[in-house]
Amino acid sequence: MSVNLTIGKAINAGLRRAMEADPKVLVMGEDVGRLGGVFRVTDQLYKDFGADRVIDTPLAESGIVGTAIGLALRGYRPVCEIQFDGFFFPATNQTFTQLAKMRRRSAGALNVPVVLRIPYGGGIGAVEHHSESPEAYFAHTAGLRVVTVANAVDAYWMIQQAVSSPDPVVFFEPKRRYYDKADVDTGASVDSAAPMSSARVARQGGDLTLVAYGPMVKTALQAAEADTDHSIEVIDLRSLAPVDYSAVEESVRRTGRLVIAHEAPVTGGIGGEIAARITESCFYHLEAPVIRVGAFDTPYPQSRLEEHYLPDLDRILDGVDRAFAY
Amino acid sequence: MSDNTAHGEPELVQLLTPDGELRDHPDYPLQISAEEIRGLYRDLVLVRRVDTEAVALQRQGELGLWASLLGQEAAQVGSARALRPQDMAFPSYREHGVAWVRGVAPKELLGLYRGVTNGGWVPGDYGLQLYTIVIGSQTLHATGYAMGVQRDGATGEDGSAVIVYFGDGATSQGDTSEAFNFAAVNNAPVVFFCQNNQWAISEPSERQTRVPLYRRAAGFGFPGVRIDGNDVLASLAVTRKAMQQAREGQGPMLIEAFTYRMGAHTTNDDPTRYRVAAELEEWKAKDPILRLRTHMASAGIADDEFFTGIEGEADRLGERLRGECRSLPDPDPLDIFHEVYAEPNTQLDLQRAEFADYLASFEDAGAEGGR
Repeated sequence: MSVNLTIGKAINAGLRRAMEADPKVLVMGEDVGRLGGVFRVTDQLYKDFGADRVIDTPLAESGIVGTAIGLALRGYRPVCEIQFDGFFFPATNQTFTQLAKMRRRSAGALNVPVVLRIPYGGGIGAVEHHSESPEAYFAHTAGLRVVTVANAVDAYWMIQQAVSSPDPVVFFEPKRRYYDKADVDTGASVDSAAPMSSARVARQGGDLTLVAYGPMVKTALQAAEADTDHSIEVIDLRSLAPVDYSAVEESVRRTGRLVIAHEAPVTGGIGGEIAARITESCFYHLEAPVIRVGAFDTPYPQSRLEEHYLPDLDRILDGVDRAFAY
Repeated sequence: MSDNTAHGEPELVQLLTPDGELRDHPDYPLQISAEEIRGLYRDLVLVRRVDTEAVALQRQGELGLWASLLGQEAAQVGSARALRPQDMAFPSYREHGVAWVRGVAPKELLGLYRGVTNGGWVPGDYGLQLYTIVIGSQTLHATGYAMGVQRDGATGEDGSAVIVYFGDGATSQGDTSEAFNFAAVNNAPVVFFCQNNQWAISEPSERQTRVPLYRRAAGFGFPGVRIDGNDVLASLAVTRKAMQQAREGQGPMLIEAFTYRMGAHTTNDDPTRYRVAAELEEWKAKDPILRLRTHMASAGIADDEFFTGIEGEADRLGERLRGECRSLPDPDPLDIFHEVYAEPNTQLDLQRAEFADYLASFEDAGAEGGR
């Protein structure tokens, strides 16, 4: 049963299926109820599952994550919506000192299967704090799984996998791609989907490996198409913690060149970590240094400048050119 | 929901009824001249016009977003007119009326929503800090600023105090409770001005509180009062007294301005999904501008010529603002790197130089036909 869905609708459908399958699954956050969330990702869930399972919380992110931990300790599976990337930070204490550490601290006696859904990234012309890419903070924090999606198919399956994971999962949603559509086989079994911790080859190629995730996958694919001189392989990372290094290594051993693109600043970012790892594990296969394409070490700028701040097709191709200069 | 919610509470300071009748309040006597009342009316009308124009400019694609203050003009104008030049105000992101009163030019307000700046003005020039988008954060900043005022010995009858604006939603944030407590234990000269506009995007105030918000103050050990937020005179009188008490060392106070967000949360929002039209109609009858006009006309404070004059001024302001908005220049791309740090930063300097070269490469390529 194939349905054409946007990424936003696919997450909605995935949440619905998870809620139907398990009465312990809850949705909570600001405006997730009657409004269906500011991006409508929880649209109609309140109507169909009621106020006990779709909770309009007070406007307090620390409260959302903190009470989700308590609900999880009581056997529930809360899926929390953080309204925007830049609004997450009041919840850092609950997430980093509590949620991430509870399993290890209890020697495995406690599971806290909380999902934090966070719309992230720029490109929508928004005001401050609505366009950020904070994923590296989360990937740096042991105990959290961090995933992100680039298409509706992954959105549908990975949200369900995130909900069923016994670990806390931070689920980053590429807000400028919410309306990108794909055919989703909603009749298939969850077990048929690739594990959410695995990367996906989005485009095959032999000359250079281009790694991207979330909103940048589309841009990376466009860049690969635009470069008619080279055969570029695009890998959609999907999971940022853990990273599927075997998939990246397999590709780099064939191509000898690696470019990593993300919206987040390069300093301390996912790209730098992958560059270090691949340099170590694929040193004798590399024909060029690993190149990172990302944002500058500046706060996200006012929206009229975001087209210059966000890595675009040209910035990626500039990185590709630099890799081929060796 | 039981009736110990935020709705329908009787304790409400009101000096001007929705019908335009004046009322005395024993705790908040107001000495005000006809000239001052005409000034308040002008503020209310012009602020509303700025807001209306901004919504239209957003619809025309000239602004990325706008957060309308429609319905909250009296709460903002009245309280801001109670401030002295040496006072400091900390706004949320909807305080266009406060900004107007503090002297910020309306076009400066549009910059943030047009996306040409994340700030817009120099706070020290106006006694108004920058807009704060992350909900409730500014309550702690205001409290800290007030602690500084205290340490500077700048309080006293002719001294300074601080006011911070936030909404009903912000009262749920931990930061706001922490600000209440810091202010209380330090007896800081700060007035917490909460505009309870009944809605935090789609969530009614019942989702934020089970007690009237002004009562929160009692638990922290300072006074709280609810005012009719659509009554500019109550807003002025109560804020004036609260600020003076703060200046004179009597510590913080919470003012809950009971008002209503007549428009959407922002231009991205669609309130028809979550609230009923009847509620809007009920609050239309409590309009802050209409009641002042009724009072002024019946008390002989202003005549038709005055009202027509203000309308004309509003029309000219609107026209000027449309032109100013369209001519706000886009910043240079290298502005991205400006003022990230006060001191030189070699890492960022390198990135700026690389990006400048990258941009220049397009100009060179353009001459040769490009990629």
